Amino acid sequence: MPELLEVKGLNASYGATQVLYDMNFSLAQGQITAILGANGAGKTTTLRAICQTVKTSGSVLFDGQQLVGKATESVVRMGVGHVPDGRGTFTALSVEENLKLGAYVRKDRAEVALDIERAYTRFPRLKERRNQQAGTLSGGEQQMLAISRALMLRPRLLLLDEPSFGLAPLIVAEIFRIMRKINEEEKVSMLLVEQNASLALGLASHAYLLETGRIVISGPSEQIRNDETVRKVYLGY
Amino acid sequence: MEALFHQIFAGISNGVIYASIGLALVMIHQATHHINFAQGEMATFSTFIAWALVNSGWPYWGAFFATVAVSFLGGLLIQRTILKPVEKAPVLTNVIVFVGLLVIFNAVAGMIFDHTIKSFPSPFPKDTGIATQYFSAHQFGSVAVMLVVLAALYAFFRFTPIGLAMRAAAQNPDSAKLVGVRVSWMLGVGWGLAAAIGAVAGMMVAPIVFLDPNMMSGILLYGFAAALLGGIDNAWGAVIGGFIVGILENLLGAYVIGTELKLTVALILIVGTLTLKPDGLFGKAVVTRV
Repeated sequence: MPELLEVKGLNASYGATQVLYDMNFSLAQGQITAILGANGAGKTTTLRAICQTVKTSGSVLFDGQQLVGKATESVVRMGVGHVPDGRGTFTALSVEENLKLGAYVRKDRAEVALDIERAYTRFPRLKERRNQQAGTLSGGEQQMLAISRALMLRPRLLLLDEPSFGLAPLIVAEIFRIMRKINEEEKVSMLLVEQNASLALGLASHAYLLETGRIVISGPSEQIRNDETVRKVYLGY
Repeated sequence: MEALFHQIFAGISNGVIYASIGLALVMIHQATHHINFAQGEMATFSTFIAWALVNSGWPYWGAFFATVAVSFLGGLLIQRTILKPVEKAPVLTNVIVFVGLLVIFNAVAGMIFDHTIKSFPSPFPKDTGIATQYFSAHQFGSVAVMLVVLAALYAFFRFTPIGLAMRAAAQNPDSAKLVGVRVSWMLGVGWGLAAAIGAVAGMMVAPIVFLDPNMMSGILLYGFAAALLGGIDNAWGAVIGGFIVGILENLLGAYVIGTELKLTVALILIVGTLTLKPDGLFGKAVVTRV
């Protein structure tokens, strides 16, 4: 399978503090890949480095095109959707306006309207609250909105930052089920960042383990799941 | 009684000018959290452009729309060239840039158009049916023009994709970038719109107060009072604040403190709002987690 995303020698820093060191990983077209790690390992920063909201050096090739040095807006326009840390809700705008914003760079108005309906079919609760201020939604609903908003771009690659964060297990299960469905039906490739390793390994086909800004273990999910260190430290059995 | 009505109506027609200057201030504040102190002088400069066009034989409305367009582009250009480099600089840097702009626009207006007071034409005929004893045709017309501007702005922000993107960029710039909104350009468009609104306000007020390089300096204070009173983060608040300030100013000027001290009303409102209710009448309290 051709590689959709190829990261080579990626460094990232906030001011003088370097957070990522010489990261190398790749993601094949249509795949779900997980990045695991503890708090502060650099998971969120990895996603930020891909969409260029943090100072980076090295190489990030998306479908053969270099992302390093591009403006975030341009990376998005190339088809990289992002469900950010903290969900990035436009709290004072309505649910529907949030969805429309997700499709801001698209010009095919009729298709956008269909995609909004598709989002409502996927998450009926968003439809019930379509005219409500997005800030009034519950955490789970805001996560559904964040995923739907990113999908409105019709991305080829979806970056997901801890979609399970702070949510009840039932809601998490529903969101992960829908993410798998989106991956299977719409062939959206996903790069998933998670602290919840067992959850992430259940969804992703490949995984990388991050420790203080460096990739320490990588491989197919099955192999990672059976790795003794991962099992002890991250899966806890 | 008749005099009282007259004062109230005069207050409404002033108020609509303050409302629009206040609105221009709010627009830039929402996007950048800065107050553009040069807003008034920019409006004066725009009015001079209109005056020059009218004097060189342009029809009034032709000059009007050309001025609005030039002001929009001018505002956009100022943001792109002068403010963009200091976008991430501390507030004080921006304040100094604003003060610099104020002085430059004031001085350049004086240099090109000199400091003599000029009369500015009103597009509204003197004797029409709509003029009453309380309301001159120009007052009526300028209120109508400003209401059209407000309605157009509302429609723009409410119903167009760019308007939606501007609201998103003002509210959550990081997230707006992640959906592909060019946030920095949205600030530019905001500046352009603010300059265009200021231009309309300048052209509407100039027939009343006459045109000179310092025409808007007092009006900016009233506009500032309007924005603060309504809540600096609330566009509707600024509009309502503008009417309140206009009416209060006229009533207090006529019956309490005399016309010479009218500007004090604005200053008292500013100080009063900031000390007693800093979020304004309709503003949301800003809470920051530390």
